[in-house]
Amino acid sequence: MTPTRPAADGLSVLDRPNSYIGKTVPRPNLDRLLQGRGQYVSDLELPRMAHVVFLRSPYAHARIAAIDADGARRMPGVIAVVTGRELEAVITPWVGVLAHLKGLKSAPQSAIAIDRVCWQGEAIAAVVATSRAIAEDAMEQIAVDYEELEAVTDMRTALDPTTPVIHGSLGDNLAFERTHNAGDVDRAFFESDTVVEAEFVFGRHTGVTLEPRAVVADWNAAEARLTIYQGTQAPHMVQNIAALHLGLKEAQVRVVCKDVGGSFGIKVHIYADEMATYALSKLLRRPVKFVADRVESFNTDIHARDHRCKGRIAVKRDGTITAFEIDDLTGIGPYSMYPRTSAIEANQVVNLVGGPYVTQNYRARTRVVFQNKNVMCQYRAVGHPIACSVTEGLVDLAAAKIGMDPAEIRRRNLIADDAYPCASPSGMRFERLSHHASLAKLLQMMNYDALRAEQAASRVRNIHRGIGVASFIEVTNPSAAFYGVGGAKISSQDGVAVRLDAQGSVICQTSITEQGQGSESLTAQIVGSVLGVSMERVRVILGDTDNTPYGGGTWASRGAGIGGEAALQAAKVLRGNILDVAAAILQSKPAELDIVSDSIVNTSDGAQRIELSELARIVYFRPDTLPPGIQPELMATRHFVPRQYPFAFTNGVQASWLEVDTQTGFVKLLKHWVVEDCGTIINPQLVDEQIRGGVVQGLGAALFEKCIYDERGQLTNANMADYLVPMSGEMPDIEIGHVVTPTLETELGAKGAGEAGTAGAAAAVANAVNDALRPFGAIITEIPLTPQVILTALGRI
Amino acid sequence: MIAPMSVSLLVNGEPVDAFVLPRLNLADFLRENLKLTGTHVGCEHGVCGACTVRISGEIVRSCLTLAVQTQGASVETIEGLSDSGEIADLQAAFRERNALQCGYCTPGMLMTAQDLLKQSPTPDREAIREHLSGNYCRCTGYQAIIDAVEATAKARAGRSS
Repeated sequence: MTPTRPAADGLSVLDRPNSYIGKTVPRPNLDRLLQGRGQYVSDLELPRMAHVVFLRSPYAHARIAAIDADGARRMPGVIAVVTGRELEAVITPWVGVLAHLKGLKSAPQSAIAIDRVCWQGEAIAAVVATSRAIAEDAMEQIAVDYEELEAVTDMRTALDPTTPVIHGSLGDNLAFERTHNAGDVDRAFFESDTVVEAEFVFGRHTGVTLEPRAVVADWNAAEARLTIYQGTQAPHMVQNIAALHLGLKEAQVRVVCKDVGGSFGIKVHIYADEMATYALSKLLRRPVKFVADRVESFNTDIHARDHRCKGRIAVKRDGTITAFEIDDLTGIGPYSMYPRTSAIEANQVVNLVGGPYVTQNYRARTRVVFQNKNVMCQYRAVGHPIACSVTEGLVDLAAAKIGMDPAEIRRRNLIADDAYPCASPSGMRFERLSHHASLAKLLQMMNYDALRAEQAASRVRNIHRGIGVASFIEVTNPSAAFYGVGGAKISSQDGVAVRLDAQGSVICQTSITEQGQGSESLTAQIVGSVLGVSMERVRVILGDTDNTPYGGGTWASRGAGIGGEAALQAAKVLRGNILDVAAAILQSKPAELDIVSDSIVNTSDGAQRIELSELARIVYFRPDTLPPGIQPELMATRHFVPRQYPFAFTNGVQASWLEVDTQTGFVKLLKHWVVEDCGTIINPQLVDEQIRGGVVQGLGAALFEKCIYDERGQLTNANMADYLVPMSGEMPDIEIGHVVTPTLETELGAKGAGEAGTAGAAAAVANAVNDALRPFGAIITEIPLTPQVILTALGRI
Repeated sequence: MIAPMSVSLLVNGEPVDAFVLPRLNLADFLRENLKLTGTHVGCEHGVCGACTVRISGEIVRSCLTLAVQTQGASVETIEGLSDSGEIADLQAAFRERNALQCGYCTPGMLMTAQDLLKQSPTPDREAIREHLSGNYCRCTGYQAIIDAVEATAKARAGRSS
């Protein structure tokens, strides 16, 4: 690791003896998952629990003329068949807009469609039965009379006057538009030596969490309380939304989230079928379970990235980039998703294009349009892969045009490592980034010059290999600027409560959540380090609105940076409280004592004075032996939210080394490198594995993943045999390096790392493919880079 | 619908007798009838590998197998392999290498990895990648899994030599 800042004088709270910070330690409780003893929502059964399945529209756009469910209702085991109109009595509709996204509009959406369906897969009726199989049998007996309507499918014609308007009340199909203009773009283009332009096309893809979305809603009429067991990244958000639309107080809703089989942003939203499940439980006064099957997942889990972005770049002959300009278009389906909205990805594209570079001349427009396809919304690395692919694609095209090495053009234009703090032309504020240190490290790790020589040698043998580099910035640790200022009740602060129990163990309740990232581990590592307690003694409780402080959860690369800082601050307070009691017991002074390896010790000579278990015994069972006036407080709670910067930006750079078979169009990934600067690293292994997993999601987007719709709005590959995801056979080994620039906004100094891999992977691959194909004069600015796309570009088909 | 049929089999060494509908797949039988929820259901069409179990020593997709097809067979699930200690070293290697994140693919991944290690004591990385290429993991990017399987193979080879 390469620290870019000298450590502060003296030991910080994190540099204590036996600190776990910066150490690879296994995550607690992995054995549970390794032995098949996890507790996923799919596994949950409750007494009297019923199962719901949803009858979904086969049409992208249709009027529902009639629903005949009499036959289904008469089937043994069927508890209820409920239409949208009937469910309306229990749950109110919603509109997915936020005030800070000016002009964003959407139409009211119901838990189950009423009168009209707007995408293939929208639910039109719920069948509740004693088993899922019976519910599915009954569903087949429901007869629906549809009148098919014209479907709006092509985002490029969605705004044409001749295209039908999906929601008449909105006037047109434009959900959101944003323009941005900084510097003097026209002059920069006029005075440049070379202008390159291209249209970048991004396939619509989706998260494919291995455990589909799952929820068990349990309305207890006697308690007037709803317990929601759900695989979610944001339990308090679910609590707020469920209460709001069911007419309950938040105190009447408990959200419990145990093990979650993958999330990646798919499970940070609230879906109509989940709302319907909550409502059905209230309506039927019993627990109701919904688990999406794989086809439903493809048709209803949010999609992402379906963008077409025209980009221009202006450069001087010496490689100086003088301007970026983009015109972005995206289609989000028929509704803006709730409650985070579907304008965020486009907004991020405008925010992030050109972000790593010095030039302040930048013009952007994005338009977000409605269409009759499944909804799109935030998925891992929201907007970043698009912004990065456009920016880095343009930079490489410019370099090729002026005959400059791709690494060299970046060296000449990346913001200098000593230029901070500064801001991007879109107004993003950077506390401190390390583009040059990261690039230098990357080139060294990949042995860039040797790789170029190998590439040249391979060409002679008619083997076409390519190198692609992509620098990126990443939004992490979001403040209230993300959602709170727009009116969404999505907390940007997190809280942690830490207490010493009666045997000297530590119980820690945190509002961040765990979906495998290592939230539990990083919390235990921080608390253990600050307290001087071994990690085995720290138990972390998360994912339960009744039993954790209030907070945002785990999304937008915020768990370690925000939840971790709250844990650090809470542990510091508890540590002080413990030392106060210890001083009273030992007739010493707190400043003369420390906690090391589960015991109170002298700071002077390290001699052990009293074990924490003994201290706890005295406090809890023999307080009569304490000096008068002492009231021990062995529990502490602290909350944290970033206030100085709206986001803690991170940066990094990726490189791809691959081979293109110009006969078949297949791409073989040979190697991938990442250098990432996420500030303080709490657990190096977990950070690296977050990055690797993120890279592979980006590689999937680069090469395989695409939701293919036909012109009538039918999703034609809604299964795992036809929608291709990365499997182990095609994936390369990924080498990771770090530059460490801690944020000074927190004592912990950690920034987010969960989305960096996804942000730049596709850009690196696309640049590498174009690098490989350069002798053929083929330029591809479309992903996924399927054999068909490559052979078409080569003129072979 | 065809009437329930009787089926008798061994599950993790214990005899099980049940009446099941012929259409009931083995994954649902294990999870819903026997409450062995360690066998996960990911795609229900034989692609993702999350539901991989062993039937009479061979790994199969339990979502593509009917419960009634296991008449007289010996079915082993992740719970059985864990309790017998057969894969304790492989599980430890996964833990050390953080070769799982959400853990949903993990039981199937362990089943398939153990199958490879039984067939081929010293597979190289490419062979491991190839053998596991029918098991989908969305979290890890696979490298940590390959590392853990490779480390287990080497450790086992060291012990047996």
